[in-house]
Amino acid sequence: MACTKTTRNRATNKVANPLEQFTIKTLVPIQLGDVDASLTNSGLFMVLTVAAISLFLTLGMRQRSLVPGRWQSLAEISYEFIAGMIRDNVGSEGRKYFPFVFSLFMFILFANLIGLIPYAFTFTSHIAVTFAMALVVFLGVTVIAIARHGLHFFSFFLPSGVPMVMAPVLVPIEVLSYLSRPISLSIRLFANMMAGHTMMKVFAGFIIPLGILGGWAPLTVDVALTAFEFLVAFLQAYVFTVLTCLYLNDAIHLH
Amino acid sequence: MTMSDNTPPEKLEDLDSRLHQAREKSHANKEPGSSSGKEEMSGYSMAIRIGTEMVAALIVGVGIGYFLDYWLETKPWFLVVFFFLGAGAGVLNVYRAASGLGMAPGYNEPSGGVASQVKQQEAPNGVHENNKESGDK
Repeated sequence: MACTKTTRNRATNKVANPLEQFTIKTLVPIQLGDVDASLTNSGLFMVLTVAAISLFLTLGMRQRSLVPGRWQSLAEISYEFIAGMIRDNVGSEGRKYFPFVFSLFMFILFANLIGLIPYAFTFTSHIAVTFAMALVVFLGVTVIAIARHGLHFFSFFLPSGVPMVMAPVLVPIEVLSYLSRPISLSIRLFANMMAGHTMMKVFAGFIIPLGILGGWAPLTVDVALTAFEFLVAFLQAYVFTVLTCLYLNDAIHLH
Repeated sequence: MTMSDNTPPEKLEDLDSRLHQAREKSHANKEPGSSSGKEEMSGYSMAIRIGTEMVAALIVGVGIGYFLDYWLETKPWFLVVFFFLGAGAGVLNVYRAASGLGMAPGYNEPSGGVASQVKQQEAPNGVHENNKESGDK
């Protein structure tokens, strides 16, 4: 009994901490006054993501052939995907926001996909990053709504046909519901990425300790999870962007 | 010479017609199934979405209540009030996410089409609820 306990302890000690993959490490320390502006692994992968997107789009569209090759097809599909999303969800008035929405989608998608490469860092698994993106979307959409509709924007918080007696209760609830948008937007992306990567690490940690006989079960689970994570990586980028489009639609066509 | 002059346009025209055919086919396939494709999300992602909608509103409510209490030194009254308001907003968010299919928690339903389809799908339940409501009134 004691023997098995010690071996188990030794085994769990060997298992890597599944949350270790999320630690931020400073790579190049930079100090600007009181601000710590060091290049971290998170920042490095953001730069890598932007570089990968730029390479993908510029190299893919380099040939500009009428009949697209594989890479050009991919670049065109991603363009048409977002263009169609904006057309369906916002309408023709949303066209001028295409660059922002497209950048957002590509940034999140590439971040999620690059994060799936072993030893890569997934910066979308950090609430600080996703919340910053959601906050930009939220503030931008609110500013657009106020700029387009002025004070009429605040009628958004009182649905039509509601008796005035209900207003003191309904207006705060509506305001809270509106304010919860960036939170739910950021938590959804962050929680999905973090949960998926933690789960993969937990199962991966069991493969070696269980040995050649039992190790196959967690390995199978991990293979299945990897496929699932590709789905999640795409789905979450899609959900984030679709919600941005729907918020834009609300801001532009205020009823 | 004439061959090489003629073949590329022919090929292109051929491609054009083929593209048209393929596009029509894919559109024909898409139109009936397009709405259901969007709605058919996995249960896992649906659960995550509904959960975050609820939790996010609660976080905002409790956060605002806590801040107001801290600022005005009125512990615990604002926290209590905003906890319930946040819970209400959370239920509202969940209701909108689950019924409107609009992932939009705004008042304006994105389009009548999807919502009406959903209502038709839930007709057996909807009828009962409508009856109940009219009976109560």
